Amino acid sequence: MSWDISGYEKWTWDEIPLGAMTLEGGTGVEHKTGDWRVKRPVWDKEKCKNCLFCWVYCPDNCCEAKDETMVGIDYEHCKGCGVCAQVCPFDAIHMMGEKDARAEEEGEH
Amino acid sequence: MAENNIKVMAASGDQMVAEAFRQANPDVLPVYPITPQTIIVEEFDRFVAEGRIHTEFVPVESEHSAMAAAIGASAAGARTITATASQGLAYMWEELYVAAGMRLPIVMANANRALSAPINIHGDHSDIMGCRDSGWIMLFAENAQEAYDDTLISFRVAEHPDVMLPVATTLDGFITSHALDRAELMDDEVVAKFVGEYKPERSLLDTDDPVSYGMFANLGNFYMENKLAQRKAMDASMKVLQEVGDEWEQISGRPFEMVKTFGMEDAERVIVVIGSSIGNARHVARILRERGEKVGVVGLRVFRPFPAEQLVNALKGAKAVAILDRTESFGGEGGPLWAETVAALTKAGVDVPCRNYIYGLGGADVTVELLEGIYEDLKELPAQAAKHEIPAVAYRGNRS
Ligand code: SF4
Ligand code: SF4
Repeated sequence: MSWDISGYEKWTWDEIPLGAMTLEGGTGVEHKTGDWRVKRPVWDKEKCKNCLFCWVYCPDNCCEAKDETMVGIDYEHCKGCGVCAQVCPFDAIHMMGEKDARAEEEGEH
Repeated sequence: MAENNIKVMAASGDQMVAEAFRQANPDVLPVYPITPQTIIVEEFDRFVAEGRIHTEFVPVESEHSAMAAAIGASAAGARTITATASQGLAYMWEELYVAAGMRLPIVMANANRALSAPINIHGDHSDIMGCRDSGWIMLFAENAQEAYDDTLISFRVAEHPDVMLPVATTLDGFITSHALDRAELMDDEVVAKFVGEYKPERSLLDTDDPVSYGMFANLGNFYMENKLAQRKAMDASMKVLQEVGDEWEQISGRPFEMVKTFGMEDAERVIVVIGSSIGNARHVARILRERGEKVGVVGLRVFRPFPAEQLVNALKGAKAVAILDRTESFGGEGGPLWAETVAALTKAGVDVPCRNYIYGLGGADVTVELLEGIYEDLKELPAQAAKHEIPAVAYRGNRS
């Protein structure tokens, strides 16, 4: 971030930006919303046809694509709304319980 | 300075607001027509069609969209106007708070009108008083001339760096919005110079310096500080309003008084009122004063910020005060003008008996007899107050 917000906890009414502005773009990257997730979208690369419907529809920009190819899901920010799974025409995304997903991950380690 | 070619018009208040809007040269007007604001939109649309002005005219599908588009345009840095009335204003309600909270200097004209049900298209203050806590500056014109002057003043106040708040410049439905009145239209160039250009500090569309507006401010996250900043800006607007109003007086010759008084040099019985009825009250007070009665009128031109100091000063010598509300506050001790006036008097330690009247709802006639009757009532008020028997809020002008 280039916007200096050091000591912001102490800002008073005349120090905060006018109109509750954030004086920088893209600050959402710093705000990890992935831990709100109850269900996790799991992407199956084999079934995926790279139609990028999920990329268009994801309300949080979490279906990541590179060179017109689906590359994965950004779990740091994905809130688990399930829209991607709904719109995928090829059943390449299914939702699973976040708890189960984490248990599975731990088992793998 | 350009020569001030004043044009004397026979015009409605709506027409004069449209002229003021044209002269202020706004960038964007998102709007939805509704009686009795329609003439403003029609006139402005004609100016656009005739190529007299290059404002982006956005005919939206509802007032909710009108205010949403106004918010977007203003955040993008455009000088933005809109106009509405009644149900339209009610439909904008949630977004009025957004405009104020994001500190967007939108100027909106409201042709004050009753709210349904029952359906009624005529003038009262139910719509505009409903949003008195939304954080908008609120001006009430008494006639077409004030509607014009207030609209021009609004831009300077809204866009002032110490203020940065939206302004509702209002005129009473039909009485002021539609009735023909004598009004002076100032020279385009003179007005352009007075209003000036809007140079926003930031723009939502500036990709080199990107910003977001109205960010999340949850528990402990500056919600209180943002609200306090709004209150401070509203307080600051009082001085700015007077300064800009005085500057306009230099040009127009018409004083900008937040609180207008008549007969207050010796008046004992006083009517406090807002909007077009100030003229009616003045007329009746003049008749009674010719008969030697010590009556007076205190009329407000500004409701937010509330000009408490001027109001209290005006009422200092009064013995009995009638406060007239052209709207209801069902179940309350009185209407909004009553509540503010009584609070201001109490705070200043001015002990004068006040009584609240509800009148003119849905455009109900405000007659000479009605106002004379109120002045007559006031004769009893000091004695009633001494016995702690001030009558409750009373309706006037209804069948009884
Ligand atoms: S919608 Fe389904 S098939 Fe299309 S890119 Fe996304 S995951 Fe792949
Ligand atoms: S679950 Fe929702 S947030 Fe997460 S990737 Fe899918 S569409 Fe985006």
